[in-house]
Amino acid sequence: MSLSLTVSIAKSLLMARFKQTMVAAVGVTFSITMFIGLLSFMSGLNDLLDGLILNRTPHIRLYNEVQPSKIQPIDRFKEFSHSHNFVNSVKPKSSKVEIYNYGAIYQALKKDTRVLGISPKIACQVFYNVGASDLSGNINGIDVEAENKLFSFSEYVVAGNLIDLKNTSNSIILGKGVAEKMLANIGDVIQVTTSKGELVQLKVVGFFQSGLKDLDNVQSYASIETTQKLLGVSKSYITDIQIKLNDMTLAPAIAKEYREIFEVQALDIQTANSQFETGSFVRTLISYTVGITLLIVAGFGIYNILNMMIYDKMDSIAILKATGFSGKDVNRIFITIALSIGFIGGFFGLVFGFTMSALIDQIPFNTEALPTIKTYPINYNPNFYIIGGIFSLITTYFAGYFPSRKASKIDPVIIIRGK
Amino acid sequence: MKNKILEAKKIVKYFHDPMTIKVLNDIEFSINQGEFISIIGRSGCGKSTLLYILSTMDTDYEGELIIDGVSMSGKKEGDLAKVRNEKIGFVFQFHYLLNEFNVLKNVMLPGLKLGKFSAKEVEHRAYEKLRMLGIENEALKLPNQLSGGQKQRVAIARSLINDPLIIMGDEPTGNLDKKNSEIVFDIFQQLAIEFNQSLLIVTHDNEFAAKTNRIIEMEDGKIIRM
Ligand SMILES: Nc1ncnc2c1ncn2[C@@H]1O[C@H](COP(=O)(O)OP(=O)(O)OP(=O)(O)O)[C@@H](O)[C@H]1O
Ligand SMILES: [Mg+2]
Repeated sequence: MSLSLTVSIAKSLLMARFKQTMVAAVGVTFSITMFIGLLSFMSGLNDLLDGLILNRTPHIRLYNEVQPSKIQPIDRFKEFSHSHNFVNSVKPKSSKVEIYNYGAIYQALKKDTRVLGISPKIACQVFYNVGASDLSGNINGIDVEAENKLFSFSEYVVAGNLIDLKNTSNSIILGKGVAEKMLANIGDVIQVTTSKGELVQLKVVGFFQSGLKDLDNVQSYASIETTQKLLGVSKSYITDIQIKLNDMTLAPAIAKEYREIFEVQALDIQTANSQFETGSFVRTLISYTVGITLLIVAGFGIYNILNMMIYDKMDSIAILKATGFSGKDVNRIFITIALSIGFIGGFFGLVFGFTMSALIDQIPFNTEALPTIKTYPINYNPNFYIIGGIFSLITTYFAGYFPSRKASKIDPVIIIRGK
Repeated sequence: MKNKILEAKKIVKYFHDPMTIKVLNDIEFSINQGEFISIIGRSGCGKSTLLYILSTMDTDYEGELIIDGVSMSGKKEGDLAKVRNEKIGFVFQFHYLLNEFNVLKNVMLPGLKLGKFSAKEVEHRAYEKLRMLGIENEALKLPNQLSGGQKQRVAIARSLINDPLIIMGDEPTGNLDKKNSEIVFDIFQQLAIEFNQSLLIVTHDNEFAAKTNRIIEMEDGKIIRM
């Protein structure tokens, strides 16, 4: 039977029960709308939370750790190779966390095409002097431009100017929490004690707020040069090399490679932040579950309507069969009806879902913790629309499957006799 | 010798509910091309049951049915539907039109299903049939806007759309008044004479039967006269 005939018969049957059809389609529309809205919002939220951490985290971090020597003197004796060694006489050397060969590593990384950018860093423990008490904290010495390019640092600088950090010597950008505790304003000079006990005065040129309170309460930033002075070390002293890759998924493999080549510790982002992926996964799972549950409910609606329609159209089905339409033809007609409901309902669902997302996207969302966010986050991932569309068709197909089969099995003789 | 278009061979039919009864018993007869036959018999003797078997809608029987030289035994549902579509026109007592479609579309549907002609040609043919039955002016009305007699004529037009081998009717005039019955009979007669159309019509109307070429009389599931 030709498709156009199937469609034309399906359309006529649909029109004959227009109101019920509408109700069924609205059910699908509603569930797809919610599906898209929910997923876009949840996923936007995911991106936001991930971004909070992941955007600020290098894909690979190279650093040195204070580690005991792996090979103890006794290991060098073959006689004891099968014995348990509890003589660990060689202790870690003094806390030298510097990356040796920084210059060479930097040049090698620059040449690596998989690397998007490099930002060196010095981690430095300090005490902020507030009146009589000292607050422990740390200062990160950064290359202002590289840090800004890789981690959008300026977005988190809520007051003052980032570039002053580079241009003013002995300057500092204080964490918002630190600044509040110190009652420091921009332009003030604060005093910190380095781990070696020296007192250093630094000029406050800005505040930054990452959104993570624990971080903002201890962290501050200074330029690399300032930090090196603070520590009293040479110009080549660097403790961390932060690397962003073109393809984040390669991080574990490349980290392993660097570990071997450069003989440093290399931490990839996947290992460092595995718990965030779990969180994202759970949120996504919830959204899909809710969306699909809604769709299944809508599917039952369609199932009901089709069953009713078939009960209603028994005579018509019998006549179609008596005049030469096969069970398969009848089946196709009803599947077409179901799919049209799914298609039309799903289409409007996608449109409304998009509208709903766009509306949520306009709702103001201001929070202390997230200085860069002004409205509720939405992710307009086209995949959601594709999945929503496909699911609306699949659900309606299954909702139509049994009623259609029932229709195709109707025995015209019984119906015609029954009159 | 005339061309046999339909042959029933030892057809036996049982109903099992509420208990097993033999409704048709060794039905054996054949129909030649162009014959106008009526089936008569008391109520409950199995006329409708036989007609449903002959029209391939009922497949639960013993014996053999041969249509146009081909045995219907063991054919699949889809193939039987094809046979019905192509070779058999059916007219019921209660006209049975599809209320969702207008008269024209009702007549066209089996033709569209057959797919031998384009939609345009099928429409043209449908108009021809409607004109022949004098109802071309009703073509765009819905079935429920027609009188009983008109509806039955639409049903006849529909049965004719694919130029079937045979038209079967189960009391097609049973629901009509005398005048309309006569009109329908005249149409059948005209089809038989002018177009050499074969017809097999179940009727309670002895007057109607008397005017046909051949009468098959049934009693208790058996043919007693033919
Ligand atoms: N589905 C069924 N189950 C059981 N018995 C049936 C069924 N359908 C029909 N019968 C019986 O089969 C017999 C023949 O029925 P059928 O409808 O063929 O009679 P008929 O000759 O067409 O009668 P009428 O002239 O009243 O239409 C009847 O006795 C009827 O009760
Ligand atoms: Mg009967």
